Amino acid sequence: MSDEAETEIELQTLPLDAWHRARGGRMVPFAGYHMPVQYEGIMAEHLWVRESAGLFDVSHMGQLLLSGPDLDVELEKLIPADVKGVKLHGQKYSLLLADNGGILDDLMFTRWEDGIYMVVNGAVKYDDIAHLRDHLPDEITLNHMDDQALLALQGPKAADALGRLVPGVAELVFMTGGRFDWNGVPLWISRSGYTGEDGFEISVPGDKAEALADALCAQPEVKPIGLGARDSLRLEADLPLYGHDLDPETTPLMAALGFAVASKRRREEANFPGAERVLLEREQGPVVKRVGLLVEGRQPVREGAAVLDAEGSEVGKVTSGGFAPTLGVPIAMAYVPAAMAEVGTKIQLNQRGKVHEATVTAMPFVPHRYVRGSK
Amino acid sequence: MRYFTEDHEWVDVDGDIGTVGITDYAQGQLGDIVFVDVPEEGKTVTKGDETAVVESVKAASDVYTPVSGRVIEGNAELADNPGLVNEDADGEGWFFKLTLSDPSELEGLMDEAKYEAFVAKL
Repeated sequence: MSDEAETEIELQTLPLDAWHRARGGRMVPFAGYHMPVQYEGIMAEHLWVRESAGLFDVSHMGQLLLSGPDLDVELEKLIPADVKGVKLHGQKYSLLLADNGGILDDLMFTRWEDGIYMVVNGAVKYDDIAHLRDHLPDEITLNHMDDQALLALQGPKAADALGRLVPGVAELVFMTGGRFDWNGVPLWISRSGYTGEDGFEISVPGDKAEALADALCAQPEVKPIGLGARDSLRLEADLPLYGHDLDPETTPLMAALGFAVASKRRREEANFPGAERVLLEREQGPVVKRVGLLVEGRQPVREGAAVLDAEGSEVGKVTSGGFAPTLGVPIAMAYVPAAMAEVGTKIQLNQRGKVHEATVTAMPFVPHRYVRGSK
Repeated sequence: MRYFTEDHEWVDVDGDIGTVGITDYAQGQLGDIVFVDVPEEGKTVTKGDETAVVESVKAASDVYTPVSGRVIEGNAELADNPGLVNEDADGEGWFFKLTLSDPSELEGLMDEAKYEAFVAKL
């Protein structure tokens, strides 16, 4: 994430800035903000989330509220999801697509009583807002909820810890949310996250974020976790990172996000941006594809390393890579030609002139542990 | 006698043999170290060369040799236990030993007191 540094522009501070510093967070520039990359250390924080619960500040992300007439129809013109099929407080993953099917951002959206609540990536949130504003009719209101902070509590003990403060959250299942009250503070809480673990994302008024973070970290299961572990956790969980594993040059099928175009109705209507190309790739398979790699040896192979074919020519790129703390080995995500995308395929990677052996492997690297409920 | 660079390497000199490592400050900045690549015996290096690689969970960093010479040993322990650099950067976590070809290069390096003052300002 060091390449995310934006030292040229003036960095903004988020509601928990002083809170992170007081707790020993090492602050770095990220997505235009000062953000904590680590507290006690990435490895320990990563393992803590996998076995207990970790609190992440993700207030840099964009929280948007869309409302107005024919919102479902209008939003479906910009994303491939079945918006109409999302019930009240249901949550869905989708992609903001360009006219050629390229990915402008990935996002989560939820149906609220008064509209659609959407969470988009911090690094591109102003581009997203501009894109939505340009493409949605004037009758649709777009409210950037920038007075809200966003916290994520992730890990197998997250429900225990949060449930003590906010009774009832354990009744949520994965990809649903609800409105809760914590000491008079209104919270929007969804059972979702970016680690592969069970957990919650909590939208809280910015001026109440410190008190909530304190209350959560007072629970014995909870420690604050930085961006470093967030990156290694999401990599193990096969969750792509926008700007690295996804960008306007990639499409849903190239990115192995076929589930984002799973709606039969949307495919038959074929009226989302880039539908022709995306649906053709769905039928015939994309030319290149995002895959997971287990790298031999101990040295991490990182973003930017070249994927080589049998002749040693560059045919693809590593888009994320690093050491997987849960597995104790280096792992990576890469885009490779379809012919090399089969699980078990041996491939070579070139990083700074050194060739590394790797094997295409099924993702996620570490199994998801979402709480889906019994329905 | 131990000497330090502004890039946070140290070299401990005994006769014409130097032992090179990174400082405790450097390991703390890098965080959890997961891989170290040390040079092979017999390699000739010039002051400032990228002579070793150290990788944390987060990033890869080059280690520059503080002095010129011929490598006589890389720390084989680090292949299986790179975390030794986090545990004991000043001692057991050394990277490589070399025979100094130009001891006068040491004059341009900092002593411990100067290095500590340098780090205090960072």
